[in-house]
Amino acid sequence: MGRYILKRLVSAIPVLLGISIIVFLIMAAIPGDPATAILGSYATPENVERLNRDLGLDKPLIQRYFIWLGNVVTGDFGRSFTLNRPVLDEILDRFGATLILAGVSFVLCSVLGILAGVVSAARQYGVADKAITFVVLIGISVPSFFLGMMMILLFAVNLRWFPVSGMWPIYGTRDIWALLDHLVMPALALSVVATGVIARLARSAMLEVLRQDYIRTARAKGVHERRVIRRHALKAAMVSIIPVLGIQAGFVLSGSVYIEIVFQWPGVGRMLVDAILTRDVLLVQGGVLFVAACYVGFNIAVDVLQSLLDPRIKT
Amino acid sequence: MSRFLKLLFRNRLAGLGAVVLGAIVLLVLITPLLPLQPPNVTDTANRFLPPFSEGHLLGTDHLGRDLLSRLLYGTRLSLAVGVAAAVIAATLGSAIGIVAGFYGGRVDNVIMRGVDMLMAFPYILLALAIVAALGPGLLNALIAVAAVNVPFFARNIRGVTVGLAHREFVDAARLAGMSNARIILVEVLPNVLPVIVIAMSTTVGWMILETAGLSFLGLGSQPPVADLGSMLGEARSALITNPHTSIVPGVMIFLIVMSVNLLGDGVRDALDPRLRSGALARPKAVTDVRREGAVPQTPQKGLLDLQELQTQFHAGGRVFRAVGGVSLHVKPGECLGIIGESGSGKSVTALSVMGLVASPPGVITGGAVRYDGTDLLSEPYEGLRRRRGRNVAYIFQDPQATLHPLYRVGDQLSEAILSHHAVSRAEAEKRCLELMRAVRIPNPGSRMRAYPHELSGGMRQRIGIAMAMANDPDVIIADEPTTALDVTVQAQILALLDDLRRERGLAIVFITHDFGVVAQLCDRVAVMYAGRIVEEGRTDDVLALPRHPYTSRLIDCVPELGGGKRRLEAIPGLPPMVDDLPPGCAFAPRCHKARAECTAGEVDLGVTGDRAVRCLYPEDAPKREVAE
Repeated sequence: MGRYILKRLVSAIPVLLGISIIVFLIMAAIPGDPATAILGSYATPENVERLNRDLGLDKPLIQRYFIWLGNVVTGDFGRSFTLNRPVLDEILDRFGATLILAGVSFVLCSVLGILAGVVSAARQYGVADKAITFVVLIGISVPSFFLGMMMILLFAVNLRWFPVSGMWPIYGTRDIWALLDHLVMPALALSVVATGVIARLARSAMLEVLRQDYIRTARAKGVHERRVIRRHALKAAMVSIIPVLGIQAGFVLSGSVYIEIVFQWPGVGRMLVDAILTRDVLLVQGGVLFVAACYVGFNIAVDVLQSLLDPRIKT
Repeated sequence: MSRFLKLLFRNRLAGLGAVVLGAIVLLVLITPLLPLQPPNVTDTANRFLPPFSEGHLLGTDHLGRDLLSRLLYGTRLSLAVGVAAAVIAATLGSAIGIVAGFYGGRVDNVIMRGVDMLMAFPYILLALAIVAALGPGLLNALIAVAAVNVPFFARNIRGVTVGLAHREFVDAARLAGMSNARIILVEVLPNVLPVIVIAMSTTVGWMILETAGLSFLGLGSQPPVADLGSMLGEARSALITNPHTSIVPGVMIFLIVMSVNLLGDGVRDALDPRLRSGALARPKAVTDVRREGAVPQTPQKGLLDLQELQTQFHAGGRVFRAVGGVSLHVKPGECLGIIGESGSGKSVTALSVMGLVASPPGVITGGAVRYDGTDLLSEPYEGLRRRRGRNVAYIFQDPQATLHPLYRVGDQLSEAILSHHAVSRAEAEKRCLELMRAVRIPNPGSRMRAYPHELSGGMRQRIGIAMAMANDPDVIIADEPTTALDVTVQAQILALLDDLRRERGLAIVFITHDFGVVAQLCDRVAVMYAGRIVEEGRTDDVLALPRHPYTSRLIDCVPELGGGKRRLEAIPGLPPMVDDLPPGCAFAPRCHKARAECTAGEVDLGVTGDRAVRCLYPEDAPKREVAE
């Protein structure tokens, strides 16, 4: 198992390099030059040229890539000119908030989605199946940002169950209960679409598995139907559900952008949108790279989980 | 095409989606003709008018602009951008996928590596990065959304193309000297088109949503022009004071995306042939029983008694009579063979006993299955479950498919025991070891911890037999247990079954298509054709003097070792489909002795002593001498 994890980690290196190239190229393709953006349009040509030289922007693209890569690997993502602090510091400050939001949402959508899918498949064409299918259909069609706004209107403004926005109370203690109080609505709003997608997939995966011969074998030896569904069928269905969980993790992680904006959640997503609007290139570059790298790491974890589940995968 | 539309609209939800979407599209098409106020003219004196105000059906926004007008123009924009993104992504992605899949090799490798890199990004993050590079703006948002969807299309279409690139018609086109470009256009593209349409119909909703999302963030359409997303984004600051400005565009996005999704699912279901006959229905825990006639009350003949059993498959409006009134019995210690070609109904007969026929589509429509006198077909689920594996156990054909791939074989064995006995795990494992020894598995201790894919076919089938033996059943139904095995292993498995039968007084129902196996193992044999028994008797008698022409042809199909050279006679023609059986003898169309009377009316099973035959002109001359 240790060897398998190591192998997957090593195989992630080219992927990470590829990601870094894509991020670098996208940022290098930005029209206009960063020096003008930093100095403003009233800067003198001499100043612009000097800054360009200082930033190393007069060197060839490939050289610039390797200099940039070397810096990134050593933890130097550059300096955000709008915030006037190192990019990495800003990202690390904010990533925790995103991780809490996305992590809780991911757990929610995985558990609820699989549960709904299993119930739906077990009661195919029954009342529960129809109800779940209907709710799922609505869930995957509602934009998360609109859903979040409507939740604020209903649960925060009208019913006063939860605070309107933010991660912590403005006054008062910052304990886990205060955090949960603030987390319920954004986490739910963020997880709804992914829950729907997972539920649909889990349902069809279960239906597919339930037709297999080994399910008939389990029934033939007198295994109770409850156990057939919960153990035999679910375990086999997980083989096709887990990869989708990995994809949905990406949706939840990057979809948190909308939710962070709607609920004023102090995460990386909001930072990215602000950075794009202020054209803070290094901050965007660093943020995108950091989140994408985390996602690659998460996918390795998914692969390892899959290999634990399925003995047919060569470890 | 009309078949496609019919299928599509048979799906009521898809129809609903089509109607809603159609109405929205129609509305935005005629928007410029409607007597609306200009969407971008501000009137700050009339800010935030509520819906149903004078002259403003949906009210006004924070700058006093008419919401209805902005909504319709915004919808126009959102739909146009979403559909454009979908078309661009589908075209580019499919082109890349077809090229990669068609050329294969290095081209494929390089392209797919790039696609994998792009897919390693979380979707929205990549769109953000692209907008960051291009700058905010609706056109840039469109490009970003299209770009992040290209890898999805490329990968899907590549998969389909790889399958097509080596098919005969492509090879034929190559041999005919067609250029690669022409092959792609003429032979490949028409075949991947349905997949492209499915992929598009299921993703266009996402793309509309994503463009709206970017606009919502202020990265898409820029003021004063608004699409639905930016309308929602602008309204957000007044969410609490004037919620209607948020609700109006939000509900519209929801309606569009939902109707597109409904329609998309409908298109997918209509184009995906797997779903056409409802093949994805899940088999229930017990086969449905809907007996039409009275339950037969024939006196008990054996331990397991099948009486006039009828099992049908109801699929797509057609009724397949897989088992059309079969009566069989087996006594303790006896081995009964059921023989017939594929599709003769022998497996369905066997599976009907314990309600294991997949249902839907299977339904047991008549007769009775009695175990020691009790009718199993009227038994409730829990009662039947307790009998499964304990009274009647099964051994199935292909142990590769019939053992659960993700559980260790030892666990699958103990589960059989634990399902019927409240013993400890350790006790169950001890039993397992005994069982594995009984079926002559060497090193049972280490084999217990193996997964099915780690064992050979013969070992797997021994596990299957051990599993059937786990609860000391009285009857074992073996459904072609040796068909997937090679000949030497087959002989070992048959010998094992025969030993177990003699040691434990088991009744065995042995299903096969091989008369050689029947001769080796079975005391009696029943020959099935088109869902009915055509001949039954003691194995020696039937082999010595087959009376039904079908039986004698079937015996002629078996080559004999040391029997000298002789012509092996294949039976001409194919067994009939059981949804539309002609009257009379089902074998008549393939029978060399058939006369007009054979197809005139029902042919009864004529019983004389322990022989039975369903034929008007049975064979009577001995076919060959039996060595005594």
